[in-house]
Amino acid sequence: MPKGNDIFLQNVSKVVVFIILAFALYLFFTGHGSPGGGFIAGLMTAGALLLLALSFDIETVRKVVPVDYKLLTAAGLLIALCTGTGALFFGEPFLKHAFGYFDLPLLGKTELHTALIFDLGVYLAVIGVTMTILLTIGEDN
Amino acid sequence: MEVIAAVVVGILFAVGIYLILTQDLLRIVLGTSLMTHAVHLLLMAMAGLKGGAAPLLDRGKEEFADPLPQALILTSIVINFGITAFFLVLSYRAYQKLDTTDMDQLRSESSRHRGRSR
Amino acid sequence: MNNWVAAPLLIPLFTAVILIFLHNKLMLQRWISLFSTLLNTAVAIGLLLRVHEDGIQTLNMSGWKPPYGIVLVADMFAVLLVLTASVVSACCLAYSFRGIDEQRERHYFYSLVHFMLAGVNGSFLTGDLFNLFVCFELMLMSSYALIVLGGTKRQFRETLHYILINVLSSTLFVASIAYLYGATGTLNMAHLSLRIAELGQSGPITAVAALLLVVFSVKAGLFLFFWLPGSYGAPPAAVSALFGALLTKVGMYALIRTFTLIFYHEAVVTHTLIGIMAVATIVLGGFGAVSQTNVNRILGYNVIASIGLISLALAVSNEHALTGAVFYLVHDMIAKALLFLLAGVLVAETGTERINRMGGVLLHSPLLAWMFLIASLSVVGLPPLSGFPGKLLIIQGSLESGSYIIAAAGVLLTLLLLYSLIKIFILGFWGDARKERNPEWKQPRKLLASSAPLMLIIVLLGLFAEPVLPYIQQASGALSDPSVYIQAVFKE
Repeated sequence: MPKGNDIFLQNVSKVVVFIILAFALYLFFTGHGSPGGGFIAGLMTAGALLLLALSFDIETVRKVVPVDYKLLTAAGLLIALCTGTGALFFGEPFLKHAFGYFDLPLLGKTELHTALIFDLGVYLAVIGVTMTILLTIGEDN
Repeated sequence: MEVIAAVVVGILFAVGIYLILTQDLLRIVLGTSLMTHAVHLLLMAMAGLKGGAAPLLDRGKEEFADPLPQALILTSIVINFGITAFFLVLSYRAYQKLDTTDMDQLRSESSRHRGRSR
Repeated sequence: MNNWVAAPLLIPLFTAVILIFLHNKLMLQRWISLFSTLLNTAVAIGLLLRVHEDGIQTLNMSGWKPPYGIVLVADMFAVLLVLTASVVSACCLAYSFRGIDEQRERHYFYSLVHFMLAGVNGSFLTGDLFNLFVCFELMLMSSYALIVLGGTKRQFRETLHYILINVLSSTLFVASIAYLYGATGTLNMAHLSLRIAELGQSGPITAVAALLLVVFSVKAGLFLFFWLPGSYGAPPAAVSALFGALLTKVGMYALIRTFTLIFYHEAVVTHTLIGIMAVATIVLGGFGAVSQTNVNRILGYNVIASIGLISLALAVSNEHALTGAVFYLVHDMIAKALLFLLAGVLVAETGTERINRMGGVLLHSPLLAWMFLIASLSVVGLPPLSGFPGKLLIIQGSLESGSYIIAAAGVLLTLLLLYSLIKIFILGFWGDARKERNPEWKQPRKLLASSAPLMLIIVLLGLFAEPVLPYIQQASGALSDPSVYIQAVFKE
């Protein structure tokens, strides 16, 4: 894809991409008890990257986020799997989750949940899969 | 509500089947995707369309929505997302390789191929 | 609760993910994948012995009690199939070290195989209808990628057909799940069985059962098999062997499971339908096999015809027939994998898939010829080999229940399969050797060595059917009495 001369789109995306990413982050953390979660946040993040790719080009995205998306998918899957399997080592059934309340600096009393780690895996896997697909189609002209 | 949902499911199925019966590969992919959406809606409607809070006990709510169909639909959407994406990539690659997205041409070539191999 | 029940699912999943990281290190990939399948075999043997001693093992995933959460159930039937699948996949992987080109190996071939195995094992072990759908999809997605891997024109065409058929049947699967959930309010298979027994299997539920029959029949190749011979012939031999051995059998497993555990009340409607479809499958599949001259297509139709035979047993559904069905299912997975692998060697050696262009392979590589002959005779069901006990029990069961058409179809199948496979032998192996051999092809011995274990199992399973029979009978016992399964799921 040749580098476009689309000043409006490029300037707007420079700002909007970060808003989308922030919203994705919000969705990711709110997903435990309300609508949201790893899958949607992942799609949202991939959408932000896609916007970047549309307004600039794929090379820019590669430069900005220098990750191998196939490996990202694998890493996500591995994290999700390990979270599920971790329960086996505590004599609990597969996929059993655990949570606790911790006093964190700045945040105060916070509930931390192993489901969040699982969701992180989902998040990474979704970004990986979506970007792999988009790049596969988008790469050759 | 259920009646409307049933009608919409029917329309989506009809459109999906129509698209699948056309010749163009891209339309077929869209058709399968639409049919999957119809099925998701069906799942939602079959489980009963009722409002309510998330089924968490400590929030002082009385009415709860059934979480299971939502979980099923979410799972099914994710799977459908993967398959549609794969199907699209494959169709694109097939178009590059075979120079056509017309199912008739695809089939006639494959039947010729079959005739050859016989 | 027994966490080992999840192991046959987890081992291939972990292996698949780890292999993605190692996609450039071919040797490491090969050894890890072989090790993983062997480990899986060992775990499956352990589970088998455990189930034999203590009865059905279950695992409530995430600790949710049965009707609410997803439960994994390892009954004898499922564990036997998991064990067979692990053995078959180990041999197919060993074969693919030589039989698959490096390009495919680099493009995540081994990862995909392991994802598929996870789906296959998951389908066998799950006790939840929706989870069955998810495992099916995992298996199918990997199979789409495996069929198209390599990217020849023929593969693209066949994959497009294959995906379309499977996507449609998956859509119907979710639709029938929706109807069942609406009617019964549960998707746990044991709970479904209980609920439907309480409510009575009314007309609408029987209709849903028929819808599920369509779905699983497409996957198993029972009557709705038009897509199968083409799709299974397109990929390389190792992949065809995996598909022929595992994918259709998973569909068959789902048919047997649902129609013995859940929808067994209206046998006049559903089981008669299955019987009609099975006889039609045998006739069409058998004559299809006879009419073809392409090795892979003959084997494809053979797969279909055997599915017909197992469905005959499901249509009869008495003790003997079900025992025969389980035995034949185990045998068929191994025998079909062996046949596809040997056909792969045959095609590679002669450079053609058409049997009337082969000829003289017996002179050239006698070992291949004799192995192929024994595998063929075993598929046909000649006595000292493993196909015999299963077939005998199925025909005995159908005679007991007075279904003479079904017994006749079973015998007809034997003749048709015998003819189709002996045709390969006569045209392909006898006669004068052709000159245009593939000169680059030098190492059939290693390929044959990797299929030798399957060969050995076929012979041993036939010779020592007696000691194996208690395990098979335990499996079929739980199938013919649903309360065993239900109690095991709800016991905790």
